Amino acid sequence: MNKKRAVRWTICFAALAALTSAFAVLELVCGSTDIALSDVFGALAGRDRTSASHTIITEIRLPRTIAAALLGGALSVSGFLLQSFFNNPIAGPYVLGISSGAKLTVALAMMLTMQHGVLLNSASMVGAAFVGSMLSMGAILLLSGKVRNMAQLIIAGVMIGYICSAVTELAVTFADDANIVNLHNWSQGSFSGISMDNVRVIAVIVFAAAAAAFLISKPMSAYQLGESYAQNMGVNLRLFRLALILLSSVLSACVTAFAGPVSFVGVAVPHLVKSIFGTAKPIIIIPASFIGGAVFCLVCDLIARLLFAPVELSISTVTAVFGAPVVIAAMLSRRGQKRGV
Amino acid sequence: MSGVLLKADGLSVGYGKKVVVSGLELEVTAGEILTLIGPNGAGKSTVLRSIAAQLPLISGTVSISGNDITAMDLGDIAKALSICFTDRVTAEKMTCEDVVSTGRYPYTGRLGILSAEDRNIVREAMELTGISHLADTDIRYISDGQRQTVMLARAIAQQPQVLLLDEPTSFLDINNKLRLLGILRELARDRNIAVVQTLHELDLAQRFSDRVLCIKDNRADRLGTPEEIFSGRYISELYGITSGTFEPMFGTAEASPVLGESKVFVIGGGGSGIGTYRRMQRQGIPFAAGVIHENDIEYSVARSLAAEVISERAYEPISDESVQRALAIMKKCDNVICCLDSFGTMNIGNKRLFEMYKSLKNRSDNSGQMKLD
Repeated sequence: MNKKRAVRWTICFAALAALTSAFAVLELVCGSTDIALSDVFGALAGRDRTSASHTIITEIRLPRTIAAALLGGALSVSGFLLQSFFNNPIAGPYVLGISSGAKLTVALAMMLTMQHGVLLNSASMVGAAFVGSMLSMGAILLLSGKVRNMAQLIIAGVMIGYICSAVTELAVTFADDANIVNLHNWSQGSFSGISMDNVRVIAVIVFAAAAAAFLISKPMSAYQLGESYAQNMGVNLRLFRLALILLSSVLSACVTAFAGPVSFVGVAVPHLVKSIFGTAKPIIIIPASFIGGAVFCLVCDLIARLLFAPVELSISTVTAVFGAPVVIAAMLSRRGQKRGV
Repeated sequence: MSGVLLKADGLSVGYGKKVVVSGLELEVTAGEILTLIGPNGAGKSTVLRSIAAQLPLISGTVSISGNDITAMDLGDIAKALSICFTDRVTAEKMTCEDVVSTGRYPYTGRLGILSAEDRNIVREAMELTGISHLADTDIRYISDGQRQTVMLARAIAQQPQVLLLDEPTSFLDINNKLRLLGILRELARDRNIAVVQTLHELDLAQRFSDRVLCIKDNRADRLGTPEEIFSGRYISELYGITSGTFEPMFGTAEASPVLGESKVFVIGGGGSGIGTYRRMQRQGIPFAAGVIHENDIEYSVARSLAAEVISERAYEPISDESVQRALAIMKKCDNVICCLDSFGTMNIGNKRLFEMYKSLKNRSDNSGQMKLD
């Protein structure tokens, strides 16, 4: 049986990797001007640096593609960490209001600096987003001590999200800068406008945090049995919980800082991946969620760009259409399981 | 003592500043099963959780093989002590084998990948507990009883020196209760494990423990062999039994007697009357029982359930005096039930009693009266 599972997992990983490459190529090829595959590879290889297609590929589409893949992965892993923490399959950075908290602080930071004519650099954007994530996370943690019911916790998270969004909208409305259009786009969620410099920062943060998450997959598997058993197996609960919170916040903060709030990916992808792989073993699901999140966001970004081209949809609109039904499915599967036993 | 695996000294346990059990002294040797009994809320589980280093100790020390647990590394505690608690496991998409495998946690490397030896130990633990056929089944889709057994297999796979179990038998049917406790006995004996468990089933506690610790009123009330603990009225006092009685010899309980003027006289003995006594009690009919020897198997049941019992001293033939006393009560009853179909030398008095009843009945039937007198 173990062999059968190993085969299944290998096939799934291979399929996910193939899908990632396929959609990444599509992201590069398709757009307002379709670029031939040979030209894409030519641009990637650095030939003919003066052509328009070279500029489009290397300065617009390539960073966007990489960002969509990395940030999608980051969101999914962040969601999986939160689900482990709260032992709740519908927990995620967006539903718990953590993305919205980050959105609020980033918007405030952007507006404050714009008034002084300075543009925030990548690192301080992530910093601001992290502060906001932690504020929302703190509020959720305070509430989680009070509510025993997981559905209530989610409702509390959604409300925190609404409050943060309302304050953000308010601030955006009264901001007087010309950059307001930009800010507005960003606050709706989008992978556009991410530069190659941004991508470097994203790559460093996301890879480091995802690797750290992979390294705590062992205590996570023990934690799935509940606190008592985890402790009995030698898990230092306090350190472990802190690691879960910090890593999930860093990952979702990084996403929000560059792409704004992206909805439901954190819940939908881990749920789908667990169903496809037929396991919840963190050592499998963390890398699988990462790749699955990349595929999911590449597909959604393609749709956001192409469906009503040249009008571009916000990424959250698309992720919500695909993600929200999965969240409902995840919720129902939990119900059914309770009744079934 | 060299064989002492688990030791508690002047242990006070509880939550925060609230002391639940204090002044606990405990020594459990290798191969021994110690069972904690006591009323609900007495703090048995709190004691277990404290010994498992899951609750900070309020005062005193707990040591495993001479090492103070508060000074031990979490990983070392995990290798020395494993638990099987009542916490509900709701992990999604985990097979039973996955769950048992988590027992190897303290022994695996950074990423928790099982070696061939680890997998063997997991398989062995599943075979020992008889759950091999559940290996690939999702932990959420098995019965509570099976889940309890899976958690025991997990604890065994952890290869502990000390095994702590909180009500391990509570969800199991009688066959599985006996099987699980049998497994614990085997583990204790063959692997020299010290087992500490809480049980609510007193009959099982009496049969499957080497020593019993009774917890009541925030302290260890008594510690002794089952024979010492299950004697006299102690268990009734420990639990403050008011609605019914507890028979310490067999570890069984009977409901409260129906008091009042006896309406039925039951002649029983040798266990033949037990069913009738219980039926009378269920139907709410006060009854008298006799004549029963004090060493008869059903004597305690009769004492528990009958409004009056006419008894005879052990190993003595039933005396005339006892027969007369029984007859006097019988005359006031509406009915007589004789559960015996044969009589021997020692209870020949009961035969005489029943014959007297029959001749009285014939006479009253002839005179048209319904009542015995």
